[in-house]
Amino acid sequence: MSQPTTLFHKLWQSHVVRSLGEDLDLLHVDRHLIHDLSGARALTDLQERGLAVRNPELCIATPDHSISSQPGRTLASSPFGERLGGGLQKMAEAAGIPFFGLDHRNQGIVHVVGPETGFTLPGSLLVCGDSHTSTHGALGALAWGIGSSEVVHVLATQTVRQRRPRTMRITVDGELGEGVEAKDVILHIIGHLGVAAGTGHAVEYAGSTIAALGIEARMTICNLSIEFGARMGMIAPDETTFAYLQDRPLVPRNMPGDPTWDRALAYWRGLRSDDDAVFDREVSIDAADIAPQVTWGTSPGQTLAVTGSIPRPDSFVEAEERNNTEVALEYMGLSGGQPIAGTKVDRVFIGSCTNSRLSDLRRAAAVAQGRTVASHVTAWVVPGSVPVKEAAENEGLDQIFLAAGFEWREPGCAQCVATNGETVAPGERCVSTSNRNFVGRQGPKARTHLAGPAMAAAAAIAGEITDVRQLAAVGEES
Amino acid sequence: MEKLQQLQGVAAPLPRANIDTDIITPAKRLLDANRETMHQHTFEPLRFLADGSENPEFILNKPGYRDAVILITGRNFGCGSSRETAVWGLRGLGIRCVIAESFGDIFFNNCFQNSVLPIRLPGETIAELLTEAGDDQGNMQFQVDVAARTLTTPSGRSITFDLTPDRQTALLEGLDEVGQTMKEDAATAAFQLEDRVARPWIYNLGSVD
Repeated sequence: MSQPTTLFHKLWQSHVVRSLGEDLDLLHVDRHLIHDLSGARALTDLQERGLAVRNPELCIATPDHSISSQPGRTLASSPFGERLGGGLQKMAEAAGIPFFGLDHRNQGIVHVVGPETGFTLPGSLLVCGDSHTSTHGALGALAWGIGSSEVVHVLATQTVRQRRPRTMRITVDGELGEGVEAKDVILHIIGHLGVAAGTGHAVEYAGSTIAALGIEARMTICNLSIEFGARMGMIAPDETTFAYLQDRPLVPRNMPGDPTWDRALAYWRGLRSDDDAVFDREVSIDAADIAPQVTWGTSPGQTLAVTGSIPRPDSFVEAEERNNTEVALEYMGLSGGQPIAGTKVDRVFIGSCTNSRLSDLRRAAAVAQGRTVASHVTAWVVPGSVPVKEAAENEGLDQIFLAAGFEWREPGCAQCVATNGETVAPGERCVSTSNRNFVGRQGPKARTHLAGPAMAAAAAIAGEITDVRQLAAVGEES
Repeated sequence: MEKLQQLQGVAAPLPRANIDTDIITPAKRLLDANRETMHQHTFEPLRFLADGSENPEFILNKPGYRDAVILITGRNFGCGSSRETAVWGLRGLGIRCVIAESFGDIFFNNCFQNSVLPIRLPGETIAELLTEAGDDQGNMQFQVDVAARTLTTPSGRSITFDLTPDRQTALLEGLDEVGQTMKEDAATAAFQLEDRVARPWIYNLGSVD
């Protein structure tokens, strides 16, 4: 009888081209996503070395980081759009790489585009020069972010040299409470484990809570894996996954005499950790312990329940933790001991590869419906892709947001990384559905509070950080 | 890639945990990313004041540390974004070796693509090294020997560090991964030939048009 193995090992083993030493393998790359921030440069580097793209048909390129999200935008609407977005188009087309430009029906954030087109498949190995590539693990893919030298390596060889990480399983069981969503689950996990707990590990998320989540919510979970150090996060594909994929444009199809979809499905059903598989680390989380989260500091692990109070530096025993807390509070303009709810905000950003999909926008719209954004708040909704935007408009979500006073914008990374010039001003406070509250992330001296879409919409309405579960009461009082 | 065999020089102590790559290279500096000039912006939020002048409190601005070749820092250094510009910037400042208790995985890997050596050491050793690097205003010399895998401190203490044989060889000989893997292309071709039969759906994508 063969040794019970993890999902991770099955995915890894099926991609080994050659062993290069102990725990070091040359792996086949099935899917490569390319974006504007590093794409044109990598393709130029390749050309300068006299090398060709080995398998352009296994790549997709789309601009997302540098482009404007302004309605009616062109490449010229952002400072580097023409150079980086236009440069990517020129280089990708010359290399024969499918390119989804601003006028394409599938343009969007790479980590939204991959799954929704069916480019990302269970059992595929997918890389991208972006640390949030772990998102694609939500479909049972082995996916991780690589550096720009590695991007050149993948373009030239369709392989990646990789050291086998250790394995970790995070099992979340039970029913989520009212108003608690995937973003809260993963922020709770990061807060609980610390920002470096996943370093050197490939993480599998499992348990009844995860199994009950839709694919888009699973993407939110896997997306933030890197925020506790794990390059890869994954969830075993199941019937929810297969139903999500069926009929997406790039997935396999049954042809007369060639039932490729059925064959793929049979293969995908074997992609799960065996019952007795052993992980290097196991963590159990009780869903009942998870409350709606909001971060208070400058690291995603500095998170708390919206009902909680900001920690005091002197509540930490370790000098380093005390110091980190002091530095973070100073940057954020907050005092330890204050309740986080009631903190006044200037901006709200709903979008990013973490939370810009249709189900995210629906939850935010449900909060916004019939309400009004506080007069001192500028609130943006940036759908993750053209298909998300169109689907939302077909449901009238854009009208709900616009009527409430949100701006309804064009797909891209926008204010998550602010490389398109759409920054949060120095000293301004922003509740953001994105993935990083780092110093200067949304612009120099910008103060970011991470939260889920419903909590972000609630903050826009109340004009302050607020418990989305209490919003009705707030409305009645005023 | 340039070789890295031995290194001798000042080590700058930067005792702060979780320095992410957004701090090492702020996002707005990625747009005109250039290997040669990236160091002008390295550690920008720490290194410069709001008016653009140097922050005299930042270690790499202090006399004695401006020419540091080694950085000794807090745990989880280089976490966050995959931006390789973080390593370009360090390299441009003359830093060829970073010593910490732990690193972000992508940053750690990116170092080896740019002939920069990241060394992981236990927390208590880091604490001692920080003290030693802080003595005497940084005028004391540390040494790194890649072949011997040793770090020698100014006091003469010798510390052995972990380095996998493939990475050690790549640093010593300045090997380039793309060039090495290109030689394996027959193996990749053989893998794909077999895999096209086993998993045809990977290779025959539908169309969005």
